[in-house]
Amino acid sequence: MTTRPRRSTLRPSAALAATVLTASTLSGCGLLGSPDLVIYNAQHEELLDEIVPLFEEESGLDVELRSGKDLEMANQIVEEGEDSPADVFLTENSPAMSIVDNAGLFAELPADATAPIPEQYVPAEHTWTGFLARSTVAMYNTESMTEADMPASLLDFADPEWEGRVAFSPTGADFQAIVSAVLELEGEEATRAWLEGLEANGVIVQNNLVVMQSVDSGEVDAGIAYHYYWYRDREENGTDSDSSALHFFGDQDPGAFLSISGAGILASSEHQEAAEEFVTWLTGTDAQQAMAESYALEYPLNPDATLNPAVKPFDELEPPEVDVSSLNGPQVTDLMTEAGLL
Amino acid sequence: MAVALLALVPLAYVASYVVIIGPVDLWHLLARPRIAALLRNTVTLAAACMAATAVLGVALAVLVERTDLPGRRLWHGLLVAPLAVPAFVNGYAWVSLDRSVHGFAGAFVVVTLSYYPLVYLPVVAMLRRLDPALEESAWSLGHSRARTFRTVVLPQLRPALLGGALLVGLHLLAEFGALSLLRFPTFTTAIYDQYGSTFNGSAATAMAAVLVMLCLFLLLAELRLRGDRRYARVGRGAARGAVPVVLGPWRWPLVATVTAVVVLAVGVPAYALVRWLAVGTSTEFPLAELGEALATTIVLAVTGAVVTTVAAVPVVWLAVRYRGPASTAIERSTYVANALPGIVVGLALVVTTLRLVPVVYQTAALLVAAYAILFLPRAVVTVRAGLEQAPTVLDDVAHSLGVGPLATARRVTLPLIAPSLGAGAALVFLAISTELTATLMLSPIGTSTLATEFWSASSELRYGAAAPYALLLVLVSVPATVLLMRQESLSREGVPA
Repeated sequence: MTTRPRRSTLRPSAALAATVLTASTLSGCGLLGSPDLVIYNAQHEELLDEIVPLFEEESGLDVELRSGKDLEMANQIVEEGEDSPADVFLTENSPAMSIVDNAGLFAELPADATAPIPEQYVPAEHTWTGFLARSTVAMYNTESMTEADMPASLLDFADPEWEGRVAFSPTGADFQAIVSAVLELEGEEATRAWLEGLEANGVIVQNNLVVMQSVDSGEVDAGIAYHYYWYRDREENGTDSDSSALHFFGDQDPGAFLSISGAGILASSEHQEAAEEFVTWLTGTDAQQAMAESYALEYPLNPDATLNPAVKPFDELEPPEVDVSSLNGPQVTDLMTEAGLL
Repeated sequence: MAVALLALVPLAYVASYVVIIGPVDLWHLLARPRIAALLRNTVTLAAACMAATAVLGVALAVLVERTDLPGRRLWHGLLVAPLAVPAFVNGYAWVSLDRSVHGFAGAFVVVTLSYYPLVYLPVVAMLRRLDPALEESAWSLGHSRARTFRTVVLPQLRPALLGGALLVGLHLLAEFGALSLLRFPTFTTAIYDQYGSTFNGSAATAMAAVLVMLCLFLLLAELRLRGDRRYARVGRGAARGAVPVVLGPWRWPLVATVTAVVVLAVGVPAYALVRWLAVGTSTEFPLAELGEALATTIVLAVTGAVVTTVAAVPVVWLAVRYRGPASTAIERSTYVANALPGIVVGLALVVTTLRLVPVVYQTAALLVAAYAILFLPRAVVTVRAGLEQAPTVLDDVAHSLGVGPLATARRVTLPLIAPSLGAGAALVFLAISTELTATLMLSPIGTSTLATEFWSASSELRYGAAAPYALLLVLVSVPATVLLMRQESLSREGVPA
């Protein structure tokens, strides 16, 4: 009985201490507290982790990232609508930008944000802007293949001779963007036939890094991916790229498709000013040069920034002409679901 | 009541969405080659792994419990150890050491090695409990040891064996990380892929409906198979162990076999972790990030464990103290979650909250609610065992002494069920700390847990960077394994005859 009064005085203070402790831990873990800017990021998380601190230092703003995949986040923003916590949306590829744009959820960008970027990488209404570009490539194993064995067009991988020899990652937003370019350039019927051929031939893997590994190890002869995976591995240590090489299709082939990473500001954002400051910074020379010098090896779209010369120069890519705002993500997902790739 | 309703949200979502899609579109979404391939993958892998874990689990249990295998106690500890390695960490270990481990063969090997303890452990407990007199009677009637095992021992092991194998099946249907790393698509990985491409597309929900049907099928099969036979006995039986089989010349080959299992199941992940921690090129020890992920994991798991256990109490209270069809229905409805993989709960909560209660969307509260739905069955089972043993007569005594109902609950019942509350909370804590799929879909902006950080590194093939998170995940799981082992032996020895 003597312990009872002590317990009753202890308990509330212990509970209070626990609450305070939990609250401080929660805010320390980012479970509480509100940042100055929320970015829904579908670009590589590693790249944003590298450049966002530069922006935070320069602007004094506190930035919070939520990372995901292109179409997942685009559809999420559409579903969230006016309630979306997102202020800025960054993607790896432009079809996801179009989904949000078509739902009318982007605010018009300030002129300063779009000015440094060549106009073919910005949609006419300036609702978003490109900030990086990546080139479609085929990788091939240099022990089993030579450059001469590679097909003239990306569409040739659907031919029966490639059965079991070509790797790709249909669940990745990158491959889906490539399909959207094929759809835009070749039409629905040709795309459907190509996807069916790839479904029959292809070795399906979970992402582009595994595409590269599969090619390099000789498990397959060739793979479809973007250029930077191979160059990054080369710059790092070359373990997954020493037995492989890149084949650029060029010649305006769908296989030379240049995919655009986009940045846009949500109209529903309560942090318009901070969002504008970030996108303007992102397309400006400093950030573009920082990204060009980072591990990423994607092409900066601001002409004042210069990329590592080891990467094939931007003006030698000969990509097909594709209107950045016309790529259709949902139709691609439907076609791929139909072909049994999703 | 509210607890039961919350537990039914995911099921209601899937069911209502299926109705909204309509039979024509649903047929269109389901009657396609991809679904057939996924169904084939999922069912063959589940069947193969259930069979393999059953054989492996029983064989190892018999070897350890019923033979003169040298070092039996040591083997027992080592054979349970894979429980402390989450299957996705095991998948990572194999893939990062040898890229050729993938597809059906890879998935089969890794999943079997991860899950066989789910059969092994209950079978060991059952073997310890069997009355050796039954077997001795069979021998005295002229049966050989082999025949006795087949006709007397094996039938008695049936509940433990079936229960364990079906648990393996349910785990496998929900497995995402390991199968994704091993490149073997099943419904769970395909739903996640669809979610990644469409966020809430009808194709994902249609697949979720099929997955839930498969899970319900297993759950009902388990209930049926368990329900119609009795293995009870009166009296404690002979209080001594069975006579061990003398292995003779088989002794060392069998030791070699058990060693091989342990090396594959424990040695490989241990070696992979040490190797990547020591030599991985991308290995770094970002102490701040590791600490943050660990702290977030612990805060979420503690909150989730407390909420889940507290939610379990009224459900159990009703079921035990006010028996009747309504309270049983409430209790059973929480078990449905056993058939709901994290991916389905995640998908359901994302869409339902966005449509109905956008305020809680992307909050830690919603994530905790998801954990509560997923792991309520574990808390209910444990707390129920405790409350069953708290005699109501003590309440009556307290009442007769003039103590009010609330004070009785606090001073009489609570202390009696406290150990089971603790055990339930611990089990939930450990389940949450290694949860991956629902956490990936529901975590608030900027939140990273050990499992999500491990996943982001290992899916980008940064094996070295994933290693410290994998190590912490294993360390967090160790107490769960010890607890499960203890619980298993306690529940056997502690039952009064």
